[in-house]
Order: sequence, then C-alpha cells, then structure tokens
Amino acid sequence: MKRHSPIVIHVLVLLGVAVLALGTAQAGEAPTPSPERERELVRMVRQDCGSCHGMTFKGGLGPALLPADLVGKPAESLVAVVLDGRPGTPMPGWRPFMSEDEAQWIVGRLQQGFPPVHIESGKGS
Amino acid sequence: MRFPAISVASFLPAILGALILAGCAHQGELRGTADLGVVIERASGKVAVVNTSSRSVLGEVDGLGDLSHAHVTYSRDGRYAFVFGRDGGLTKVDLLTRKITRRVIQAGNSIGGSISQDGRLVVAQNYEPGGIKAFDAETLELVSEIPAEYAPGKFSRVVGLADVPGKKFVYALFDAGEIWVSDFSNPRKPSTVRYPAGKQPYDGLVTPDGRYFLAGLFGEDGVALLDLWQANKGVRRILDGYGRGEEKLPVYKMPHLRGWAIAGDRAYLPAVGRHEVLVVDTRSWKEVGRIAVKGQPVFVMARPDGRQVWVNFAFPDNGWVNVIDTLESKVIRTLEPGKAVLHMEFTPRGEEVWLSARDDNRVRIIDPMDFSTVKDLTLPAPSGIFFTHRAQRIGF
Repeated sequence: MKRHSPIVIHVLVLLGVAVLALGTAQAGEAPTPSPERERELVRMVRQDCGSCHGMTFKGGLGPALLPADLVGKPAESLVAVVLDGRPGTPMPGWRPFMSEDEAQWIVGRLQQGFPPVHIESGKGS
Repeated sequence: MRFPAISVASFLPAILGALILAGCAHQGELRGTADLGVVIERASGKVAVVNTSSRSVLGEVDGLGDLSHAHVTYSRDGRYAFVFGRDGGLTKVDLLTRKITRRVIQAGNSIGGSISQDGRLVVAQNYEPGGIKAFDAETLELVSEIPAEYAPGKFSRVVGLADVPGKKFVYALFDAGEIWVSDFSNPRKPSTVRYPAGKQPYDGLVTPDGRYFLAGLFGEDGVALLDLWQANKGVRRILDGYGRGEEKLPVYKMPHLRGWAIAGDRAYLPAVGRHEVLVVDTRSWKEVGRIAVKGQPVFVMARPDGRQVWVNFAFPDNGWVNVIDTLESKVIRTLEPGKAVLHMEFTPRGEEVWLSARDDNRVRIIDPMDFSTVKDLTLPAPSGIFFTHRAQRIGF
C-alpha cells in the first residue's frame, strides 16, 4: 500500500474541514435571492416591517429586531412568526409576499445585522 | 417745471441698503409662515421645508436622526416645527432660517407629540420609557413627566396624544387599555385622571372643537369615546362589534386617527382589518353607514370644506388612493399617485392636496376639484407632510 506524505494528508484534512464547514453554513442559511429581489426584500423589511419595528429595528409597536435582541431565539420560530404572524398581537403573517426561503434569508440577515436600504437621491423638480 | 437735481450721493444709502437686503434675502427675507410646511425625508434624517404657494422645496434641514414614524407639531406663530423622531429625538426647526434651533434626545423610542393650547408646553408621547414628557417650548427644557405606569412596575406605550382646551392633554395606553387625561395647569405638577377604554387602543383623535376624544381599538371591534365636557360620565363605546364577528384581515400597517376625520357632522373612521371606512353621526355617535374602499385604510382625511374624504391604504394596497364624496357617501375616484403613498396633507383651504409616494421619491400635488396633477416634487423617500396651519388647530 502506497503511503501519502504528511503534507498531502494535511491538505486533505484541511480540504475536508473546509467542505464540512461549507456544508454546515449552507444548512443554516437560505439561498441568497437575486440582486433585484434582495433590494425589494431589504426595502420591504426596512420600510414596511419598519412601520412597527422602526426603520433601524429599535422597536416601536413591535419589538426591537437588532441582532442583540434576537440572541437565543431559534431561527425556525422567528421564520414561523414572519410567515404566519403572532396571534393576540398586531404581528401579521407575511406569507403572501415571500417564500419560506426568503423568510429564512430575512431572519438570517436580521440576526447578523440587516443591510441598509438603497436610497435614490435627488431634490427639487 | 424743472425737476430738482438729485446727486448720486443721495441715492447711495438706498443702493447700499438694497444690496444688503439682497444679500440677506436667502436667510432673512421678511415673510409670513402660513403657506410653509415640512416634508419628512424618512430614511435620510432630513426634513424639507416647503412652500405651498410656489409649490416648491425651499431647502432641507439635516441631522434629525431616525425619522421613521416622525411627527411634527408647530409653535403658535407657525415659525418653528417641533419634529419628533422615532429614536426619541425632539428637534425644534426654524422654518425661516431653516436651521435647528434646539435638539434633545428625550426618550429611547418615541411616537409623536403635541403642543399646549397656549403654546408654552411641547409634550412628547413615548414607547420607551412608556409615558409622556412636557418640555418648555422655548428652550426644550424638561418641565415634567408622567410615566405610564398602569400597574406597579408596568409601563405602557402611549398613543394618540392630543392637546385639548384647558392646558390638558389626552392620550391612550396601548398596553393598559386606558385613556388618561393630564392637566398641566401647574406645569411642574400635572394631575392625571384614568379611564378604562378597551383592548389595545392604537391611536386617538380629538374632534376639532376639542370636546370628544376617540381612541380606536385594535384588540376588539369598537372605538372608545370620552366626552371631555362631561368626563365624569366615563368612556362610552361606539361602533361596537363593527366587524360583525368576522375574523379581521392581517393588518400590515396601523391606521392613523386625527381631527381631520371629521367632515361636517360626520366622522369617517378606518375599519381595522377591513376594506371599509365607517361613517358615524357625531351628534348621536351612531353608525350611519360604511363605505367599501380599495384596501385597509390608514389615513382617512377630510378636505377642509368636508365635501371629500381622501383615503390611503396599508401595504400591499399602498399605491392607491380613494376619494369619497360625502354627499353621495361613496367612492367617486380611484387614483394612483405613486408607489407607497404614505401620507396626504391638504393646503389650509383645500384647493390642493400633497401626497407623498415614498418608493417613487416624489411628492405629488393634486387639484381635488378635477384630480389633475398640478406638480411633482422630487424628494428622497418622503413620508409625513405637515403644513403650518396645524398650529391653529386643536388636537394637532
């Protein structure tokens, strides 16, 4: 039987770890939407969710949604609230406006810190 | 007849004066403020100072913080706008110089505010910490505060704050289901009376005469009504069960209430979670009709003469505006003024209405007689539009 040199083994182990890490990351994260859809989702979350949670997610009629506020809250239950709302509170379900993957992507981004909305500038007329 | 000879020297002071005036015109031009206003630029922490006669943006004022859900109330001379930001910022903006005069961070999370009948106290309503705070309108120094502690250690978010005659402020407590009336006759030691109202009041309004306070309820179908002339009689429920037991639709934006809902002897109120405007007789406070509209109403706003009521809608129907004719009691026009129409404001006598279309970065000015577009102004993500005639109205 042929023996691999130590350096080859090292490379193989590292590659294995990298593949494993990639796999775990993908299991926990939804696919990234197309750039155009991403802009729409960012705007929807900042502006429309923002009417109750605040555009900076510091909360309002709805609770704060900053990364620190979401620590310890399982992603699946947050995704369920986004899609189907929370009975007894004003939180509505947003299922008609997004897929489950998109809700998962939103929750993932909220946990990391949500991207800013793209503002077109201009004034006067 | 001979004209007297006039030397250039005798003109000199006048020429100099004219030059100085021209130099100052940008900042110090003598003018009234009754045709001015501000438009909130929601995402950039700025307000645009606008002129409703020239239909133009005079300039922008920067540095006002988080302006999602911003509200504006005016000094009694219509010169200063008090801008309440979501982040608890309270900023006094001079419309003439277009500069910030004072700015304080007064809370962690704020939803709006109002000014006293005599113009001396500016009161903010807050979510965090839940309660109201009164400030000297001149200096923005804190005068007194009323925590909305409805049970030991429990604080409610405050909504629907309105100034009413007699140096009083009325407001509703979302978490406590109560209406509170606070008397600031002694501004440093206000006194408060509490009234049970119903589940989850989401906003309130006072009728233009300052007599009735209405709190819309989110947690049940109905509106809480308090007659401030006979407050000892307590809260009365109107429009009870207007949803007829049907499950309401998911609400993607809370409706807003204010004195503009009153047209003649009728009040036009948004039905929560329904595509309807409810019509109430303001003498009997009985429902006299309901009008089917395009979506869930957010602002239901009467033209100053009361002949029309304009309605905008919650997401996803926020590209539409319905116009109700109050004589016929039905929708006579459906408009599409732009993407995400967040707010509307009539000019003081109602010959034009300004509408903000957030996602089109545009304010559209419409003639409500023939519905033609008079002008479009380009502004980044505009939301609330507030004209100075609010300074002269009770409950604004």
